[in-house]
Amino acid sequence: MTGAKPAPAQFLARADLQRLLEALRARGYRVMGPVPRDGAVVFDEVRSVDELPRGLREAQEPGRYRLEPNGRDTVFDVVNGPGSLKPYVFAPREKLLQVEPEGRSFRAQELHPDAPKLAVIGVRACDLAALSVQDRIFLEGRYPDSYYAARRRQLFLVAVNCTRSASTCFCVSMATGPEATQGFDLALTEQEWGFLVRAGSALGREVQQALPLTPAPEAALARERTSLETCAATMQRKLETADLPEVLYRNLEHPRWHDVGSRCLSCGNCTMVCPTCFCHDEKDEPLLGEPDEAGVRSVRVREWDSCFNREHAQVYGLNYRPKIEDRYRQWLVHKLASWIDQFGTSGCVGCGRCITWCPVGIDLTEEMRALREPGA
Amino acid sequence: MSMAAEGAASAAAGVAGKPAGPDPWLPRLGRIVSRRRDSRDAWTLEIREQIPQSASFRPGQFNMLTAFGIGEVPISLSGDPAAMDRLIHTIRPVGPVSTALAQMRPGAAIGLRGPFGSGWPLRQAVGGDVLVVAGGLGLAPLRPVLYALLAGRERYGRITLLYGSRSPDDVLFHREIVSWSRRQRIEVHVTVDHAASGWDGHVGVVTTLVPRAQCEPQRTVALVCGPEVMMRLTVAALHAHGIPHEAIYLSMERNMKCALGLCGRCQLQSVLVCRDGPVFRYDRVRGLFAHKEL
Repeated sequence: MTGAKPAPAQFLARADLQRLLEALRARGYRVMGPVPRDGAVVFDEVRSVDELPRGLREAQEPGRYRLEPNGRDTVFDVVNGPGSLKPYVFAPREKLLQVEPEGRSFRAQELHPDAPKLAVIGVRACDLAALSVQDRIFLEGRYPDSYYAARRRQLFLVAVNCTRSASTCFCVSMATGPEATQGFDLALTEQEWGFLVRAGSALGREVQQALPLTPAPEAALARERTSLETCAATMQRKLETADLPEVLYRNLEHPRWHDVGSRCLSCGNCTMVCPTCFCHDEKDEPLLGEPDEAGVRSVRVREWDSCFNREHAQVYGLNYRPKIEDRYRQWLVHKLASWIDQFGTSGCVGCGRCITWCPVGIDLTEEMRALREPGA
Repeated sequence: MSMAAEGAASAAAGVAGKPAGPDPWLPRLGRIVSRRRDSRDAWTLEIREQIPQSASFRPGQFNMLTAFGIGEVPISLSGDPAAMDRLIHTIRPVGPVSTALAQMRPGAAIGLRGPFGSGWPLRQAVGGDVLVVAGGLGLAPLRPVLYALLAGRERYGRITLLYGSRSPDDVLFHREIVSWSRRQRIEVHVTVDHAASGWDGHVGVVTTLVPRAQCEPQRTVALVCGPEVMMRLTVAALHAHGIPHEAIYLSMERNMKCALGLCGRCQLQSVLVCRDGPVFRYDRVRGLFAHKEL
């Protein structure tokens, strides 16, 4: 992994977690964290640790997500929910330009976002890996995206190492977890009496200094090692990656595409919960009526799109991917294979969200297994 | 805000600040200087930029054109790359944006971003023969390369244009084609799918013209643009004529929204058409022609 080795771990007592929220707020951050809402854990603003999912864990299966009590006093035992860091850097919908008439011409103006300082607590290793995938796309190409960059540089990330996995997780296969090793400002490991805390950046160290920390006991570090190793060793789902991308390019006409195409609803849920999917649409929206005070008559908007939408591959008079099986093939081949050719990294981080949030429970690890079998 | 206040999680990722120069999202302003009808349903616009650009475009590149309040679409540059003070685009009205663009009258304001994308391989063509094969509106992105080839005529061997069109009324740039042909600096063969009264030329698809091309296949570079099915059949005909796959270049079309390699709409398996194309050497995309609906 990248970056300097994180500083040695220190210990934060459970009763002092609120101090972390306050230290971040004191530095001008709006603090987001995992909160239970409508039966799932989502990221939202947290002012008090009491809002965190205390004593809860989740059960995830293909097409199923349930919160349930874990009988313990934890706050970070829910691995993940449908939300990731994606909307905090790549807005689901944003105005790029406004256009106003000016004499016989027009004036187009950028609408750069007012990006407030944002701290996110409870980010998992897979989410950090996904963010670095998005960084490659939006920041490291020939045309860095200034809208993404404006938000990205305002992020303060508090990672939480995973000491249990959901049944849908396969980060070990994708080499992204369960331990956060890069891209965080602070990383926590939750234990019975409190949290092991490591800083991953200068700003992280600064925040760390504002906390009532004590040196981490050897026994706690040993327990942490064991819990991370156990989490990795007991992960249920696996995805073979050694023969990617070629195995998919070799199997573009496999009968499994038709099979999965007959189950897939083309709803796009998988792409909405995916922390790396970046496809978007752009359109001009005229504003009806008289010009407003600024004289604005239309805005150019971009919003999340999905390769499962019919319009994604539509040019006028022709759709390159008219059938659902074409679109599923596009999604999976892109995610696991052509993404590597396009951006030098896999598009999958093994978070398993696309499996859980698929209404018909399509599991890409299962599809990959079937695609490796000779077609009937 | 200062770097010191930034989370190292972001600083470590090398987050770029605002890029130098204008934002690539922001359209520049231009005005329509002239508009002419170039076939039954294609119009050519001449655009002058409010602030002229210092660099020209490469034949094969495209601009993103905005009809303000309606939308933005990718349109190939179809004019002479040496005439830097005016940009030429040939447009067939098919959707709301291209219809609005094609209807623009002299004086109208238009937005443009670009030029974007890869160009035709002029350098590789030096010293050999050049075979240009166009189908329908595909002649528009090829016209700049014909201008460039003619401007450096002595550097190339035989230059041949094979052009297939639906009907005589759909033939683009009719007068120019006649003039190129008359002055014999380019060998021109035109065919139509469906003849009409008064047409005494060739009838049939453009691939039927390939055997007529007077070029030495082993030292020929072929440049092809047209509908995907036309390009697929043309590549087969060119290959049968003895032109190696590595010497065949195509201009691909996909749905482009940003032209910056960010929106993902122009995915074509291992490439993004706006970023890696639209002009590709055939052997780089040949696998894609073997599968439908990629």
